[in-house]
Amino acid sequence: MRGPALSSLALSAAEEGGFQPPTISETHLPDILPWMAPWGTGFGKNMLMVILAVVLITWLFSFAIRKQALVPSRGQYLAESAYGFVRNTMGRDILGDKHFKPWIPLLFTVFFFVLFNNLFGAIPGLQMPTFSHAGPAYALAGIIWVTWIALGFKLHGAKFMKLMTVPSGVPKPLLLILTPLEFLSNFIIRPLTHSLRLMAVMLAGHIIVMLAGSGAEFLIAQQEGIANAGLGVAVLIGSIPLYFLELIMMVLQAFVFALLTAIYIQGSIEADAH
Amino acid sequence: MGEHMISTTLIRAAEYEDANPLIPNPWEAAVAGIGFIVLFIIVVKVIAPRFEQSYQNRVEAIEGGINQAEEAKAEAEALKAEYEKQLADSRAEASKIREEARAEGAQLISEAQEKAAAESARIREQAQAQIEADRAAAAASLKSEVGTLATQLASKIVGEALEDDARSSRVVDRFLADLDAEQQTQGATQ
Repeated sequence: MRGPALSSLALSAAEEGGFQPPTISETHLPDILPWMAPWGTGFGKNMLMVILAVVLITWLFSFAIRKQALVPSRGQYLAESAYGFVRNTMGRDILGDKHFKPWIPLLFTVFFFVLFNNLFGAIPGLQMPTFSHAGPAYALAGIIWVTWIALGFKLHGAKFMKLMTVPSGVPKPLLLILTPLEFLSNFIIRPLTHSLRLMAVMLAGHIIVMLAGSGAEFLIAQQEGIANAGLGVAVLIGSIPLYFLELIMMVLQAFVFALLTAIYIQGSIEADAH
Repeated sequence: MGEHMISTTLIRAAEYEDANPLIPNPWEAAVAGIGFIVLFIIVVKVIAPRFEQSYQNRVEAIEGGINQAEEAKAEAEALKAEYEKQLADSRAEASKIREEARAEGAQLISEAQEKAAAESARIREQAQAQIEADRAAAAASLKSEVGTLATQLASKIVGEALEDDARSSRVVDRFLADLDAEQQTQGATQ
C-alpha cells in the first residue's frame, strides 16, 4: 500500500538501507494533465484543489441559504454563523460600523477560500493544502496587496504614500532612517510575510504528515523485528495529536490571513487617523 | 561493489537536488488568483446578498412586532389628539355661537330701543303738530269771537254808532295785527 510519492523513497531506502526523510520536491506531485507530466508543466493537483474549493464554497453556502428561512434549519444556521463570524469579528470589529459593509464579501471570500484550501491538507485522499505551494500564497497576498494600496490612493490621493512612510511626531533627522524602513516594512515586507506565513505553516504541516507517514511505513514495512514495527505504530499514534494540531493551524492560519487582510484595509481607510 | 556505491550516490544526489519552496509555479499562482476572483464575484453577486437579506428579514421580523405595537400606539395617540382637537374646536364654536347670539340680542334690543325712541319722537311730533293746529284753530276762532264780543261790548258801551260791520272788523283786525306784532317783537327781544 505504498503511495506513489513514497515509491522512490522506498527504492532508495532499500538500496541504502537507511531512512531517508521526505523532501520538498516530493510535495510537488506530477501533474494530472498531461498525466504524470513533471510538476509545473501542466494542470496539477494543486490547481484541482483551488477549483474544488471554489465549487465547494459556492455550493455549500448557496445550498445552506437557498430558503432564506426566518427560522433557520441546522445547515442554514451553521452557514449563517460562519458568515456572521467573518462579518462581525473581522468586518465590523476591525473596520468599524461605518466602513465594514462593502468589505464583507472580500473578507468572506479570503477567509473561506484559505480555510477550505488549508483543510484539504487534512482530508485523506486530497491531502494537499493548496497554500503549501508558494504560487497560490503569493497570488492571494498579491491581490490583497494591490487592493489595500489602490484603496489607500483612492481615499487619500498621493498623500497616501506620505501617510504610509512618514510617521508623525518623529524628529526630522530620524525620518531619514525611518522613512525607508517604513516603506520597506509596509510595501515590501508586509505582502511577503502575509504570503510566507501561510505558505510556511501549511508546508510544515504537510511535511510533518509526510514524515510521519513515510517514517511509519519505513519502520513497519521495511525494517525487521517486532520492536521496529511497534515503534512504527507509536509514530502513527503520535501523528494523531499532530493531525489535530495541524487542523488548528489550518483554521488559525485562515483566520490570521483574513484578519490581516481586514487590518491592512482598515489601515488604508484610516491612514490619516494616526 | 564500488560501482554500486557510485550509482546509489548518484541516485541520492539526484533526489537531494531539492526544490526551493519559495519559487512559485506561475500556473498555480494564476489558477489560485483566478479561482479566488471567480469565488469573490460569486460571493459579491449571490452569496453575500442572500445572507444579508436573510439577516435583514430576521431583524425586520423581530423588530416588526415591536414596531407594530409602536405604530398602533402612535395611531391611538393621533386619534386621541384629533378627538381632543375636535372637542376643543366644538367648544370654541359653541362659545362663538353664544357670543354671536348675545351680540345679536344686544343689537336687537338696541334696534328696538331706537325704533321705539323714533316712534315716540314721531308720535310726540304729531301730537305737537296737532296741538299747534288746534291752538291755531282755537286762536282763529277766538280771534273772531273776541272781535265780535268786543265789538258788541263796545257797541253796547258806545251805542249804535259802531254798527258798521266792515269798519269794525277792519278796526279789530288792525288791533289784533298790532297785538301780534307787539308779541313778535317781544318774542324776538326775549
